[in-house]
Amino acid sequence: MLSPMIQGILTTSISEGLVYAFVAIGVFLTLRVLAFPDLTVDGSFVVGGSLAAVMIAGGYNPFLATIAAFLGGLATGSITGLLNTKLRLPALLAGILMMVGLYSVNLLIMGRPNIPLLRDITIFDSIASWFGTERSTILVIIVFAVTAFITFMILNWFLRTEIGLALRATGDNEQMVRSLGVDTDKNILMGCAISNGLVALSGALVAQNQQFCDVNMGIGMIVMGLAAVIIGEALIHPRGVASMLLTALTGTFLYRLFITIALRLGLAPGNLKLITALLVITALAIPFIRKKIRHEWMPPATRW
Amino acid sequence: MKKKGLLVLLGGLCLALVALPFMTGCAAGEKMEYRIGESVIIEHPDLFSDQYGFRLAMAEAGFVEGVNVEYIFLCAEGDMSLAKSIADRFVSEKVDLIHAITTPNSQACVAAAEGTGIPVVFSTCTAPAEAGIVSTWDAPRPDNVTGVSDMADMKAQMEMIKEIMPELRVLGVIYNAGEVNSVVQTGQLKDIMADVGIEELVEATCSTTAEVATAAASLIGRCDAIYIPTDNTAVSGLEAIIAVAEENKIPFFGSTGDMVDRGCIAAKGANYTWIGKEAGRYAARVLKGESPGDIPVVMCAPEACLLVVNPGAAKRMGFTIPQSVIAKADRVAE
Repeated sequence: MLSPMIQGILTTSISEGLVYAFVAIGVFLTLRVLAFPDLTVDGSFVVGGSLAAVMIAGGYNPFLATIAAFLGGLATGSITGLLNTKLRLPALLAGILMMVGLYSVNLLIMGRPNIPLLRDITIFDSIASWFGTERSTILVIIVFAVTAFITFMILNWFLRTEIGLALRATGDNEQMVRSLGVDTDKNILMGCAISNGLVALSGALVAQNQQFCDVNMGIGMIVMGLAAVIIGEALIHPRGVASMLLTALTGTFLYRLFITIALRLGLAPGNLKLITALLVITALAIPFIRKKIRHEWMPPATRW
Repeated sequence: MKKKGLLVLLGGLCLALVALPFMTGCAAGEKMEYRIGESVIIEHPDLFSDQYGFRLAMAEAGFVEGVNVEYIFLCAEGDMSLAKSIADRFVSEKVDLIHAITTPNSQACVAAAEGTGIPVVFSTCTAPAEAGIVSTWDAPRPDNVTGVSDMADMKAQMEMIKEIMPELRVLGVIYNAGEVNSVVQTGQLKDIMADVGIEELVEATCSTTAEVATAAASLIGRCDAIYIPTDNTAVSGLEAIIAVAEENKIPFFGSTGDMVDRGCIAAKGANYTWIGKEAGRYAARVLKGESPGDIPVVMCAPEACLLVVNPGAAKRMGFTIPQSVIAKADRVAE
């Protein structure tokens, strides 16, 4: 049907897009919904990966390990939230301090910089054995897609509940929400916790997919999350909760697609990141120019 | 007029975006008999030597670049997620062999190649068993992987340093606690330091190349000499450590010949060109039909480890290397 090269590009981009989508959703939740720029992501990603890796290497059930990773992310996000709400540290600083400190915490959790999971039973191996097949890229994509779908549905429901609405309102206009008697501190705490829980979940899944967890693997995650969110927003203008989540997913998929294409262009190895950046710029310039031609372009609410 | 200009720009960008992936297929040229995927996590001179040695040995065995071999070389530029993407690309393109340099790439490539039948030959991965790449170093083993480790004999290195500087009591070590190879080597150092007469070890860690200078500065006045293991992060920031060592007159010892060329006093370390050549010889054997599991993993042979000294660098650090050591050095750097 499609040439093997295009098939390869699409499968890699889809599988990576799905797993890193949790990072984008987490970033979206704090950055756009809560208006709280949370940089903890680099650290909480590895918190998830390291908790899962330590437990799986220790022989525990991989599903338990992944849930533990999520809980670890919840705890991490809570601390960031507490730093901001109780100690009144500015949001950016709280995130940065957590990101810096978590590097050491992750080394302590793992006890070493790198834990290989090649010989251990991960979530994918368990699921493969249920169906009596071998682990393969298609299986990985299906697992990621199902997890993404479930998370999507849960978030979709949650953000429409009273608590969820209060969360969204806090990001929109905190003063007004406070004047109505709502404890915005609790909302910020909850939002940070859930966001980092999702990022940690992503870290656990990535560690099990690439079959090792390294303390340095979180470096650059916040950049990727931000890029994914902003690319998605430029192409899909999110109006409601469902489109918000779709934005994160699309943005991640496109960003990984550009990286995968850049990898295959066969240019000098050092130019990879430059090519990725140029591809993203080109992709975003196209809708902008289209709108300009039709005189439909409106400046966005924020410059960022 | 403005609208027309925008339209042309729009058209051009659309075309570029859509056409780019297809252009690569056409630009590849004639298809070679063997395709070898090569990847590395970060680039520095020792790894270039590794690559160079690999291609040399492959050419000697009859696998010549441009004649019957195409090398696909990609650098992950320090990004672990890229290392995984690169490994996936090699697997989806069904390359004939993967040559993985450095530990994170080896891990990603071995994981991606599992079950696909693509053999993996690694090099410059210090502790392959600890990294989970191979089950054991000996053959035969069920793995689809073989390679060459750059683990250097820590005792021989320390004895060399003690010979050059007998009065050494406290040794400062700079490394990235986030690199398995460095943690393993520092562990070995702690085990043997009593045997060679080093009383105390002062550690300074750096998690990125930007922190190397700070780590080096933190050792001023706290140690008699500085040493770094084969740590990718510290090596990338070597010049910063050299600057601190020269300004404060602290002797600085490295662990590979390239470090000495760049300004360390001395090193007795693995010859990375030798490592690359050995990996190339292994790869040639695998391509000719041998199973990787039948080839034992080795580290740099002692006779291939070079003692390199740099008297000029020593002088700049206010130190003189004993003539006896210079006499038996394999190479004297300028």
